[in-house]
Amino acid sequence: MKFKVNGTEVFASTGGRPFDKKKPLIIFVHGSGLTHMTWVLQTRYFAFHGYSVLAVDMPGHGLSGGESLKSIEDMADWVKDVIESVGYKEASLVGHSQGCLVTMECASRYPSIIKTLSLMGGAGAIPMNPELLSLAENNNPKAVDLMMDWAHGPAGHFGGHPVPGLYHINTGGMLAKSRTIKNTLGVDFRACDNYKNGFEAAKKIKIPTLSILATGDKMCPVKEGKKLADLIEGSKVEIIDNCGHMMLLEEADRVLKVLKQFITTNYPAKISN
Amino acid sequence: MTDKKNKGTDPKTYKFDTLSLHAGYQPHKNAGSRQVPIYQTTSYLFDDVDHAAALFNLERGGHIYSRISNPTVAVLEERVAALEGGTAALATSSGMSAIFLAVMTLCESGDHLVVSSQLYGGTVNLFRLTLPKFGIKCTFVKPRDTDGFKKAIQKNTKGIFGELVGNPGNELMNMPEIAKIAHDAGIPLIVDATYQTPYLCKPINHGADIVVHSLTKWMAGHGSSMAGILVEGGNFDWMQNDKFPTMTTPYEGYHGLSFAEEFGPTAFTMKARAEGMRDFGPCLSPQNAWNVLQGIETLSVRMQKHCSNAEKMVEYLLSHESVAWVSHPSVPDHPDHELAKKLLPNGKGSMIAFGIKGGKEAGEAFINNVKLASHLANVGDTRTLVIHPASATHSQMDEATLKFAGLSHDMIRLSVGIEDIEDIKNDFESGFRAARKPRLVSNQ
Repeated sequence: MKFKVNGTEVFASTGGRPFDKKKPLIIFVHGSGLTHMTWVLQTRYFAFHGYSVLAVDMPGHGLSGGESLKSIEDMADWVKDVIESVGYKEASLVGHSQGCLVTMECASRYPSIIKTLSLMGGAGAIPMNPELLSLAENNNPKAVDLMMDWAHGPAGHFGGHPVPGLYHINTGGMLAKSRTIKNTLGVDFRACDNYKNGFEAAKKIKIPTLSILATGDKMCPVKEGKKLADLIEGSKVEIIDNCGHMMLLEEADRVLKVLKQFITTNYPAKISN
Repeated sequence: MTDKKNKGTDPKTYKFDTLSLHAGYQPHKNAGSRQVPIYQTTSYLFDDVDHAAALFNLERGGHIYSRISNPTVAVLEERVAALEGGTAALATSSGMSAIFLAVMTLCESGDHLVVSSQLYGGTVNLFRLTLPKFGIKCTFVKPRDTDGFKKAIQKNTKGIFGELVGNPGNELMNMPEIAKIAHDAGIPLIVDATYQTPYLCKPINHGADIVVHSLTKWMAGHGSSMAGILVEGGNFDWMQNDKFPTMTTPYEGYHGLSFAEEFGPTAFTMKARAEGMRDFGPCLSPQNAWNVLQGIETLSVRMQKHCSNAEKMVEYLLSHESVAWVSHPSVPDHPDHELAKKLLPNGKGSMIAFGIKGGKEAGEAFINNVKLASHLANVGDTRTLVIHPASATHSQMDEATLKFAGLSHDMIRLSVGIEDIEDIKNDFESGFRAARKPRLVSNQ
């Protein structure tokens, strides 16, 4: 659906079900240069099981208007604005990669609004490879190719997509090339590289938090994810083996199982706003 | 996102020959079986009611019923998508069913397509005679008439379709320019690249939005199994206009799902499967999918041999006293030679059309007297194949349509196999000797 946040049109997938304000809200925040479509194998489940879902396209990404936000802090505030714009007072957040930095910062800034936090492929800091950052900022499609290579584990490189007929690396690459690379990936990578508040933000988080990490994640390795999780009080960690950074697609069913258990336990669908 | 090991390097994603052998399959998820298993089953157990509902609602990936998808077929689909540089693929029971499914996924009754005139005869009949029965009309344009494609586009046109190298005359479409024409009009370009396989050309890299193959031909390669496939490029913006409402607006068949919003770069494939395979059902058998996978494992080496043999046959035919003309994109005076150099850098394919001196009568004598070359209605076998199109594959066309499609009565269509080249030439000598006899008789 489309709606306005701070005067700019935003697109968010509602998981194939009408947006219903009587149901608890889960917001999914995608990674650098990507779009809401990365969440298709999680969002539809929750939308069909008692939740209102918004898998947002960040400003300047996917089908959303405006320009990409330049800092993780601005993105965190924007997520809070999304919640208010759709008439909610609280929400559960799910983030992937850069989306982890955004949702974590948001949860630390707005503890009364954010009720649970689920981080996939997260870390306290995501310093960028200088070559990759330069390629993205110079609009070079090689940045996308490198990102797709590094972001995928065996399922991505060999195949075996959970949805019959889809091929991971080319699909992900096409998503990342759907808008001008320097305006999406370039801006996002710079925002990640500049963000230094992750570990401090983590210490402030007191809500139920889940970290899903993958043994084959070269972009946010397990040890970095664990370092972050250790700083979040009561944080739960789940590790997916034989999988890369794009765990939400590469091992969609295993990720959904863990996420489902965490969210339905800590933010059950019977709660309504 | 730091990866010191990869700093300063190119992506390490697998390349063509590796993908031909491995894409789409992980042994550890299949009992360690090194070869792709044949899942000879109609249906798949649901864990519980919730799991069943999730699969039907497209909440989760997985298999329900082998008409819609099958694990062996899915390996083939992923493998071809990977080789073509596509986001997704959907395998079908034949190349013709792939074309039909592409059209029915794009078009509604009352819609229109612009179509190259030089196509396999069955495809011509589909567009000329069968699709109008569904209310879908087509305008045919000669493949070299690039401006003609633009002029033929109407308000209700939903796509441009053509074979990259037309069957049987070997005329090329200027794919990059025709892709631009299609995209300027907000419609996709669908290219049948059966003759090329992704080893010779990846149409998506040249602007095509959907690629069609008869996998029966070079991809499977051994003349054993029927199969077809649709491959999606993932770059076409279905939401740029209101031409494709069943792709961009809530679809009643899946709880109001909008394919374009939900699946973006794989929307076409998802719709073709969810709607087309469900409602039309041209599914590929797992055994045939496996047979095609065997062929794809050796695609590169076979195509190299096909192309090198074809170039030697072109040279032989060009200098032969019984041959009136030869059409193959490798020939320097072929009208599309320069375009072929650009689009087909790895080889110009193994389909040759040539005219035999003495016309139809000589052609029939030639075909009746070759022994090694097989006279049959197929192309892309490992074995050399010959046919006289005007009396076989294109025989259901009238004189005017034959002429418009660039066919003549003296034309022999040759699909060069991978036998020893000297054996093929010797066989052709027998055919040519026999072909000369009727002329000698008639001259007396």
